[in-house]
Amino acid sequence: MAVQTVIEAVREAMREEMRRDDKVFVMGEDVGKRGGVFLSTQGFIEEFGESRVINTPLAEASIMGIALGAAFRGLRPIPEVQFSDFLWPSVNQLVGEAARVCYGTDGNLPVPMVVRIPYGGGIRGGLFHSQNVEALFFHTPGLKVVAPATPYDAKGLLKSAIRDNNPVIFLEHKKTYRMVRGEVPEAEYLLPIGIADVKRAGSTLTLVSYGLMLHYCLEAAEVVSAEGIDVEVVDLRSLRPLDKATILESVKKTGKLMVVHEDNLTGGVGAEVAAVAADEAFEYLDGPVTRLCGPDIPTMPFAQTLEDAYLPNTEKIAEALRKLAAY
Amino acid sequence: MTQARAPKRPRKNSAKGSAQADGLPQGLTSQDLVEYYSKMVMVRTMDERIWMLNRQGKVPISASAQGHEAAQLGSLLAARKDGDCFLFPYYRDLGIKMAAGLTPTEVMKSFMGKAGEPYSNARQFPLQGADLKHNIIQISNVVAAGLTQAVGYALGCRMMGEKTVVLVFFGDGASSQGETHEAMNFAGVHKVPVVFVCENNGYAISVPQSSQMAIADVASRAEGYGFPGVVVDGMDLVSVYEATREAIIHARAEGPVLLEMKVERFMPHTTDDDDRRYRPAEEVENLRQRDPVITMTAYMIEQGFLTQEQVEEIDAEAKRAINEATDAADAAALPDPSTLLDNLFVD
Ligand SMILES: Cc1ncc(C[n+]2csc(CCOP(=O)(O)OP(=O)(O)O)c2C)c(N)n1
Ligand SMILES: [Mg+2]
Repeated sequence: MAVQTVIEAVREAMREEMRRDDKVFVMGEDVGKRGGVFLSTQGFIEEFGESRVINTPLAEASIMGIALGAAFRGLRPIPEVQFSDFLWPSVNQLVGEAARVCYGTDGNLPVPMVVRIPYGGGIRGGLFHSQNVEALFFHTPGLKVVAPATPYDAKGLLKSAIRDNNPVIFLEHKKTYRMVRGEVPEAEYLLPIGIADVKRAGSTLTLVSYGLMLHYCLEAAEVVSAEGIDVEVVDLRSLRPLDKATILESVKKTGKLMVVHEDNLTGGVGAEVAAVAADEAFEYLDGPVTRLCGPDIPTMPFAQTLEDAYLPNTEKIAEALRKLAAY
Repeated sequence: MTQARAPKRPRKNSAKGSAQADGLPQGLTSQDLVEYYSKMVMVRTMDERIWMLNRQGKVPISASAQGHEAAQLGSLLAARKDGDCFLFPYYRDLGIKMAAGLTPTEVMKSFMGKAGEPYSNARQFPLQGADLKHNIIQISNVVAAGLTQAVGYALGCRMMGEKTVVLVFFGDGASSQGETHEAMNFAGVHKVPVVFVCENNGYAISVPQSSQMAIADVASRAEGYGFPGVVVDGMDLVSVYEATREAIIHARAEGPVLLEMKVERFMPHTTDDDDRRYRPAEEVENLRQRDPVITMTAYMIEQGFLTQEQVEEIDAEAKRAINEATDAADAAALPDPSTLLDNLFVD
């Protein structure tokens, strides 16, 4: 086992898949000699050449539309959005078009494409370099949405996403890129899309999260465990399809549920998780389903104090856990 | 390849340098013309019938191709003669989609939303989705959304080592979309083998070209992308065939071409539109003088490719086929509601 960062795991996953299958290629802004602004494609142009590592013009709608068209021909494009904040010009091709292709051809035209999106904040990115964009895709039938938190999950899920014959939105939290390290097996492995992972077993309450916040949740769980609160932490890993079974199994065991995410509160993933629990585990609940999320403002602001005020963190999560445990 | 030119008067049945002994442009035979003339009559007959069926409440929506037939069939003919083209048409391209190989019954089932319809199994508007058997994709009717996809498809073909040229069709209104610019810019930079075919009918629903753009020819934009733009009289099948043929050859060898076909829209935008609100009736009447079906009928007889009698037979055969298709589609089953959730994903 080698210890890797998230960005290394992402890079390795793509490199392995590109070596394995000529049809896999990357495209996006600065993915060539620069190796991507986060260096996720570092060394690729040297190894795979310009035809499979395409530096595109600075135009997101065409990056996605062209990737989609190449997928129609049976290639496996991995278009990259440089930052989530710049994906909006391409939403027509992703939500409007890609998500509807399979259903709209009654299953006759597969879309084997993975859209990689560095997203999220806590990096002093302000309103236009910190955005959480998952709720839009989470709401869109026809897309799969993956949001790993660890190098191991990022690699195994990205490799599965590349081999999937359906459009996958692959969300990589920017702050985890270099902050989070973890063991990654040398041998090849794949992780199934749509399966959550219990990252910490516990009996007092269930804490559901994903992405960067997962790590703060794990820290908070340690903090309160000293106080006798035994938290089960469920890492969704895939947002769509949502692994209801794992969520429900945990909630039925603990009887209490809290969801933490960085994205805005209203209409977010947490709302759906709460609804699933209310619908399908009502008799098991013995406390209010609670959410600790970003407030309903357009993204976390630039100033340190405001960014801190926006984001859930270990202390805030621990405090919320105590409250729920005491209910 | 000639650069953008705007013939004030359409060239008639142009036979330029590449003409053969019989006066027809290169690669074209009189049998081809008879075949495509018959297709044109079939498409027109279908189009008229669909409009009627809409008024009878049997077809929810149609965007008529009347006035666009020579443009659509002339470019289809060039693509088919070439033999290695893939098509991304748009919602007004009944001529392309039908003549590409669908039976009249398949087309009629599509317009009536019946089960087994070839493009989407009746999930989408008529003839929208994919007809892969005939090398056609049209995912949506979001205008211009197909352009970047067509460029991607052509790029994909090239990556697979294939020689395929992609033709993507769109209207004058769609030329205003940002995605049109992005598609052309990328295609220019990467010399992608694609022909951008603009069917310019001078209107986007009610908005005339003068409110859509400050130029006379969409084709003149090609220069800004570093590839040739060509204007052709889209009311004349032979001219369209020739221009498309040249464009395909150029696209395969050197990269994109923007081909603008000047056409006329004879009918309101769709069956839901009332064009009397924005278009003087005489305007359409005058346009009908240049009806591509009538023009081509006269041409076929003049050239001796068909007799008056044969023309009448072709007409009668079209009516018979469309009658039969109407009955068959009318009797066909509707999709089973239990299939509502099927095929959101493939395995
Ligand atoms: C992005 C988008 N905006 C608006 C519409 C509604 N709409 C459908 S067709 C049309 C006009 C298109 O005109 P043009 O591109 O010239 O094609 P034509 O219908 O004349 O063949 C409009 C506004 C649409 N389909 N897509
Ligand atoms: Mg128009």
